[in-house]
Amino acid sequence: MKPAAFTYHRAATVDEAVAMLADMSVMSRPLAGGQSLVPMLNLRLAPVDRLIDLSRIAALKEIGEEKDRIRYGALTTHAAFEDRRVPDASNGLMPYVGAQIAYRAVRTRGTIGGALALADPAADWLTTVIALEADILIAGPAGRRTVAAADFAVGPYMTALQDGEIVEAVAVPRRSASERWGHEKAARKTGEYAESMAIALIDAARATARLVLGAADGAPIVLARTAAEVAAGRTDDSLSPVIDAELAACGRDFSPAKRRMHATVVLRAVRKAVLASGQRA
Amino acid sequence: MKISVSATVNGTRQTFEVEPRTSLADVLREELRLTATHLGCEHGVCGACTVLIDGEPARSCIALAASIDGASVTTLEGLADDPTMATIKASFHDQHGLQCGFCTPGMLISSWDLLKRKPGIEGRDIRVAMSGNLCRCTGYQGIVRSIEHAAHALQAQSEPAGANPTASKQPHKEEAGS
Repeated sequence: MKPAAFTYHRAATVDEAVAMLADMSVMSRPLAGGQSLVPMLNLRLAPVDRLIDLSRIAALKEIGEEKDRIRYGALTTHAAFEDRRVPDASNGLMPYVGAQIAYRAVRTRGTIGGALALADPAADWLTTVIALEADILIAGPAGRRTVAAADFAVGPYMTALQDGEIVEAVAVPRRSASERWGHEKAARKTGEYAESMAIALIDAARATARLVLGAADGAPIVLARTAAEVAAGRTDDSLSPVIDAELAACGRDFSPAKRRMHATVVLRAVRKAVLASGQRA
Repeated sequence: MKISVSATVNGTRQTFEVEPRTSLADVLREELRLTATHLGCEHGVCGACTVLIDGEPARSCIALAASIDGASVTTLEGLADDPTMATIKASFHDQHGLQCGFCTPGMLISSWDLLKRKPGIEGRDIRVAMSGNLCRCTGYQGIVRSIEHAAHALQAQSEPAGANPTASKQPHKEEAGS
């Protein structure tokens, strides 16, 4: 449980980090909070010659409150969301998600940018930022670019990040004040990675809905057809065949048991969002 | 190639030379001989190695020593004279919160942080909050009981000396009426 040897460099700026990561003569990896990477180093699952520590880059900790969105620096910790030390424009979804990731001693160091860049299919933020229609702000050797969260996740542990690129920030649009959310997660143990998770966003006043399934053996799945039915007001048991049909057509090779688990989790997320709409409308 | 790291450990400034791959836990135990911090799984699952980094709980087995340069680290030894920790330790003793004791340092640090953040916590919420610390002996019943006991004891201590509930409530009633 000790990592193999590597060299360590502490980057002071984004440009310095990008320049080091773009040097392909050695295998470099960026280190943010280290709550996934360091265990993988300890288990010797992640080969690395040179670790580039991003944790002292002040620009990656900045929070930008803009008119239509909030820009969270990549190093914003899960605990900062949990404790509401950063502003929220998701009607409480982001603080809720931040509070139930792993355990407090992980949340104090783990970061949203690190979690997104790793793109563990079963992790929490990826599904959340796709549900919230966030943008991922990327810095790299060729400059800066923005990718929609839904396009950022390509597959399990695979993202749109190219060689030398890092996540600089996540920009989350200010959601409608009348929108309500439902979050459901199936996990065997508190704080453990999800076996299935879903987030439903329903805005009854505007007749809109958004539905995302995570921990689905790859990038999270946006369930657009089911969401359209939910937006039209179908939230009772008759929604089940709609969910089943969309899961069957999504191209993932789920076992029958796994597909049933996903369908159940999606329906529960919708029900929670409906309940929240009723209670607080 | 070793690198130089400087950090405040239990209130004392320390400088040590480490290989970049060295964990904070190994520095604490092997270099500084602070052996209250226990290493169970060494990949961030069991919680036995939990310490405070800049006042917040963290797992020292997955914190690289290199990355804590300039930070303040507090181990269980550093809380030896802390009155809150004294109460928690007494509760673990009274309520059978340990058996072999291997997980106990992490349990104590996590409890200390939990009771600072959520003083009135009880029951299921304690179980959820402590789920990142594994114990293979007690079945957790005693640990949860210990933390509940400590929560009550700390709340009793925080009330002013000599106050009784009736006397302290009385002024509120008068304020509400006037």
